[in-house]
Amino acid sequence: MEKVDLVVRIGGESGEGIISAGEILTMACARAGFNVFTFRSYPAEVRGGHCMFQMRAANFPIFSASDEVHILVALNQEAYDRHYRQLRKGGILIFDPAETQPHSRDDLLLYAAPFKDLTTNQVQAPQTKNIVVLGAIAELFLMPMDKLQEIIREKFGRKGQAILEKDLFALQVGADYAREHVQKKDPHQLGRGEGKHRLVLSGNMAITLGALIAGCRFFAKYPITPATDILETMMVEMPKLGGVSLQVEDEISALAMVIGASFAGKKAMTATSGPGLSLMTELIGLAAMTELPAVIVDVQRGGPATGIPTKTEQGDLFASVFGGHGDAPRVVLAPCTVEDCFYQTIRAFNLAERTQGPVLVLSDQALAQRFETMSIPDFSQIQLEDRLVIAQEDSQTYQRYRITDSGVSPMGIPGMPGAYIARGLEHDGGGLPNYEPMLHEQMQEKRFRKLNLVLDNSPLNLERWGDPTAQIGIISWGSTEGTIREAVEQCGDIPLDVLMVKLINPLPTAAIAEFLKGKKKVIVPEVNYHAQFTHLLRTEFLFNPIPLRIYGGRPFLATEIISKVKEVA
Amino acid sequence: MARNPQDYKGTLKPTWCPGCGDFGVLTALFQAFARLDLDPNNIAVVSGIGCSSRLPGFVSTYGIHGLHGRALPLGQGVKLANPNLEVIVTGGDGDAFAIGGGHFPHAARRNIDLTYIVMDNRIYGLTKGQVAPTSSLDFRTVSSPYGNFEAPVKPVVWALASGATFVARGFSAKAGELAEILTKAIAHKGFAFIDVLSPCITFNRTDTFKYFQERVVPLPEGYQPNDRIHALQLIEQEGDRLHLGILYQEDKPTFNDWLKTLEVVAGRSTPQELVLRQR
Repeated sequence: MEKVDLVVRIGGESGEGIISAGEILTMACARAGFNVFTFRSYPAEVRGGHCMFQMRAANFPIFSASDEVHILVALNQEAYDRHYRQLRKGGILIFDPAETQPHSRDDLLLYAAPFKDLTTNQVQAPQTKNIVVLGAIAELFLMPMDKLQEIIREKFGRKGQAILEKDLFALQVGADYAREHVQKKDPHQLGRGEGKHRLVLSGNMAITLGALIAGCRFFAKYPITPATDILETMMVEMPKLGGVSLQVEDEISALAMVIGASFAGKKAMTATSGPGLSLMTELIGLAAMTELPAVIVDVQRGGPATGIPTKTEQGDLFASVFGGHGDAPRVVLAPCTVEDCFYQTIRAFNLAERTQGPVLVLSDQALAQRFETMSIPDFSQIQLEDRLVIAQEDSQTYQRYRITDSGVSPMGIPGMPGAYIARGLEHDGGGLPNYEPMLHEQMQEKRFRKLNLVLDNSPLNLERWGDPTAQIGIISWGSTEGTIREAVEQCGDIPLDVLMVKLINPLPTAAIAEFLKGKKKVIVPEVNYHAQFTHLLRTEFLFNPIPLRIYGGRPFLATEIISKVKEVA
Repeated sequence: MARNPQDYKGTLKPTWCPGCGDFGVLTALFQAFARLDLDPNNIAVVSGIGCSSRLPGFVSTYGIHGLHGRALPLGQGVKLANPNLEVIVTGGDGDAFAIGGGHFPHAARRNIDLTYIVMDNRIYGLTKGQVAPTSSLDFRTVSSPYGNFEAPVKPVVWALASGATFVARGFSAKAGELAEILTKAIAHKGFAFIDVLSPCITFNRTDTFKYFQERVVPLPEGYQPNDRIHALQLIEQEGDRLHLGILYQEDKPTFNDWLKTLEVVAGRSTPQELVLRQR
């Protein structure tokens, strides 16, 4: 089968429906059987400012949104000025001559279409310009028109027949214009993919659904970009499962409620971004101290303080692993892809139940808001774990915080025999306050011992690929994975060995040590100023990692990784 | 066989100073539990940090002794997760109105069915005598050596203004009356708030048992606790007196009632169906 790989970028003014059009296009291409991968960039403000959506569709597995763009739709001059450099040689520029004057490059194929005029005079509905654009590009590049119509019907159907008909008409107007007035000079044709049934999810949606599959039936949250749609989906879906989802007064309340609900026996989660995580740190310690399972999702964004709410960063690793006062054991997981978001969230719940403590899931804006295709899960293969609860006959003699070999002690659940006080003060086995030095040492050891239970041989702890004998290694974490895969493929004849660490705390040190054997150079790409993961690795291993940092609020480009590899090779 | 107050006594002996007002609250709470014949395994007593927040340690029920200021969200989480539990949230005025002040109005307007008992001693006791959010104007403490400039929080006014559906004031020296108030508060369906005047005998030499005894008065003859404005007026105009009793009570759907109706509106589904819909 001929390889199809098409990258479309649409840029324009925020509020013009660019994200919406991009999502429709993405869903349509996925339904037509393509693998999709998207990237978006938008301002924190609701209106005004520049907005961009990029979709890549291919009939083979893809791991990034791609550095190079085949087709740029520039809806205004700023869009052209910002993005024309990313157009590959001989790339296609689609523009409205009334809005955009192309300049600086003479290798581009120019397709002009009066989108504004078509929208105003033919469709006569100014807010449908994004759909006119979709119609035009669908016609030009043989995109699945029937699927576009299908998605538009699903998306706008509930807004009423009149609006739906306008949108379908707008799609037609765009297509008609392109067919009749644009002379196609490029070879790109998307056509049909293999048509396999797959899910199309954003990272945030994957986390939400993973949580629900894992048995999460309590969710509390304060709205924060870029994690808010987790709340919105939970609010819609949780009542259907008989669970509880609510928006509360702040992030402190959100995690406190989660801990309260967990005490009462429910699997519970909250989701936030960096500023919320900072507010939650004291409560992460409480979950560790009271030994109550709690899942905390942090969709990282540019920091510190309010930072850049709509841009990506991997800057919360220190806060997640070390945040808070005292020594508070916690598990930290970092999914790499949308599919990984789904399975790591399920694992987060399992580990929270297993270790009776807090588990953090570190996503980021780039991962949270991009769409990817993933295979339909085999639900029969998903295993769920539940916390160790006391046997009824032991309820008289049991001690909630009894020191055990594994560190895990069976707990009572309110409503059943086994009453105890979950306490943030240091306490003895029975839960009574106790400040004796020896007891504090034993209890600290008990709580930390539980982290050993996480170091199983789950394939979700890390992923290694490439040439195991290579002298150059790449170790990284989180959403950098896709770009690293693209880069490694393009590095051709330079042997590379890659390790993506997904269990950030406790680190799977045995596997990392194995990976480091025989490596001369190890590059650690990450999206933060401080090289936080590099520092973390150095706390465990005496080696000289080569940090590769970007910290401008965007994901890596494959070329950045390739040039680092070439530099050290 | 009905339970008696002893059945709710924990193994730990209270750590409060002998003569502390909080003993009266604990006694009244045991009596209320016994009167309602509650199963200790069905009760969760949740607190923050402070002298009065030690209370969950002295009961035989389930409980959380959590973080300073976070008693209310912890307790709300417990109740939302299992509405069959009887949730009692306790703490002091610092826990409630200073560090935890951001949670108080929201718990009230959310009308989750729990009972919030604040032991109000107008001082920080555990940290040895600093000025508190309910301290009087000009009150001198180690942290307000030239007197308190900040007007005191009025707990019952705040509760009434925030939409609490049960608002009362008690006095720990009148444990019998308090037990009656607490019994009704626990039986109340919705957010029940009780501001209990509970003197600190060690660090507050002004707002003493004697001080309160000279000022507390019963509610006016024929007072009906069904008018929020009336209740506000009574408190705002009480001057140097302190009215004890149930100031306001209202029958209103609770948050858990609302969740039940949502389940009907939203319809039923399974997590697997929700996943498969994303095609």
